[in-house]
Amino acid sequence: MDWGLVHAYTPLFVTALRVTLMVSAGGVAAALVVGLLVAIVRLWHVPVLDQLSIAYVEVARNTPSLVQLFFLYFGLPKLGILLSQETCAIVCLAFLGGGYMAEAFRAALVAVPPIQHESAQVLGLTRRQAMRHVVLPQAMAQATPALVANVVFLVKESSVVSGIALADLMYVAKDIIGQSYDTVEALFLLVVAYAIILLPISAVGSAIERRFAYGR
Amino acid sequence: MSDRTRASIPANSTSAPTAQSSAPLSGRQPVLELRNVTKRFGPLTVLDGIDLSVAQGEVVVLVGPSGCGKSTLLRCTVGLEQIDGGEVLLDGEVVSGRERTQQDRSRMGMVFQSYDLFPNMSVIDNVTLAPTIVRGQSQKDAREKAKALLARVGLADRADARPSTLSGGQQQRVAICRALAMEPEVLLLDEVTAALDPEMVHEVLQVVLELADDGLTMLIVTHEMSFAQAIADRVVMLDAGHIVEEGGPEFFTNPKTERAKAFLRTFEFHRSGRDS
Ligand SMILES: Nc1ncnc2c1ncn2[C@@H]1O[C@H](COP(=O)(O)OP(=O)(O)OP(=O)(O)O)[C@@H](O)[C@H]1O
Ligand SMILES: [Mg+2]
Repeated sequence: MDWGLVHAYTPLFVTALRVTLMVSAGGVAAALVVGLLVAIVRLWHVPVLDQLSIAYVEVARNTPSLVQLFFLYFGLPKLGILLSQETCAIVCLAFLGGGYMAEAFRAALVAVPPIQHESAQVLGLTRRQAMRHVVLPQAMAQATPALVANVVFLVKESSVVSGIALADLMYVAKDIIGQSYDTVEALFLLVVAYAIILLPISAVGSAIERRFAYGR
Repeated sequence: MSDRTRASIPANSTSAPTAQSSAPLSGRQPVLELRNVTKRFGPLTVLDGIDLSVAQGEVVVLVGPSGCGKSTLLRCTVGLEQIDGGEVLLDGEVVSGRERTQQDRSRMGMVFQSYDLFPNMSVIDNVTLAPTIVRGQSQKDAREKAKALLARVGLADRADARPSTLSGGQQQRVAICRALAMEPEVLLLDEVTAALDPEMVHEVLQVVLELADDGLTMLIVTHEMSFAQAIADRVVMLDAGHIVEEGGPEFFTNPKTERAKAFLRTFEFHRSGRDS
């Protein structure tokens, strides 16, 4: 491996790292919100939205992310909706990730014993108050491992955005390899860059798990 | 205030104080009233036209064989189950048959058999949660009241503990405090000691007895017969969805119906070949 080349390519990867981080962070945040809302809609069996949510989760989880991205990037403009590359990338991750996050939240929400909802209800809490103060905090403890796994999955999956020429880590690496055949150096920097993002996520995930561990 | 006097749980309350008449405490406005309440689960009619009223300050004990519908009756009363017929009245006002308002629901307290404290918050936060977010009390006021309640059940020093670090008996006492913090007009208890180790039963029932002495209106389901006898102003026996007998605490010593006699015999032990 040519360390000189590694050094020379580093600035490109730093810029690309920012892009990957921005897309991932936006996508993960939106996926968490979508996932939580979908999970609550399903838990409460909200009419109409419940069925839509089931369909959404199936589509999000069972279609290739590249197809989802192409649909947003090339399909939506035909319907008169123009999104920037960045917006497209974030919306794509939110759509994909929302399906997975929804399942993680839902599994944790249904694991909270019914008596917890009932106790809150008898005390006069509304369903929303019970969700916020009683059910969700307990579900979070249970959901955290799956949510963290989903975050890692989404960061890795963010590499699909290179498919619409957004200059993320994957795009830059492929670009270098295609132009100069410096494969080893490019892949080395790619691995390092992803490790820089993903390792702290695992660490933060474990910390959150400990924070939420009440023990019943 | 109560016009009853009680000693302790095993007290053989044959010395009936004045107000322990077998009829609902007459002349007093019922706090809670069930009129012709019917509840079905699919083809199964669990409650079949139940009429029951609980007067201000009265303690009604509901007994009956397992599966006869006692829990269902309490759950229908507080609105955890929708009833299929009849109505539930609180202070003369119908509260069943529609989505209950937040205020309606908070006017009745209920403590369940299983431990159901919120594990994600401390003991005192369990007690202050509903008063602050449902009633809008300030944190400070709610905490002061919660501390007083916890002190009353002997748990002042555990205010900041997590529920999971308490014994079952302690958890049930906190659950009672949590219900009382909302100052319910009537408190419903569903076999609150059934899940406890025997040595913890007494401490919880003692708390309930003290509440009765303070004049709290209660509807209690229990299998602890000596406790039931000590605390009851009135006993209602349920069997197969019907009230089969209703009377004062003499129910336990002198039941009138065959059903009640048979039921009470299930709590006795005899060795064959000996006189009991
Ligand atoms: N959600 C439900 N769905 C269907 N059947 C139910 C439901 N809840 C209770 N039942 C049935 O209703 C009947 C009465 O149950 P309930 O729990 O009220 O009895 P119980 O008197 O409290 O009994 P126990 O003394 O064992 O607590 C039982 O036959 C029970 O199987
Ligand atoms: Mg029961």
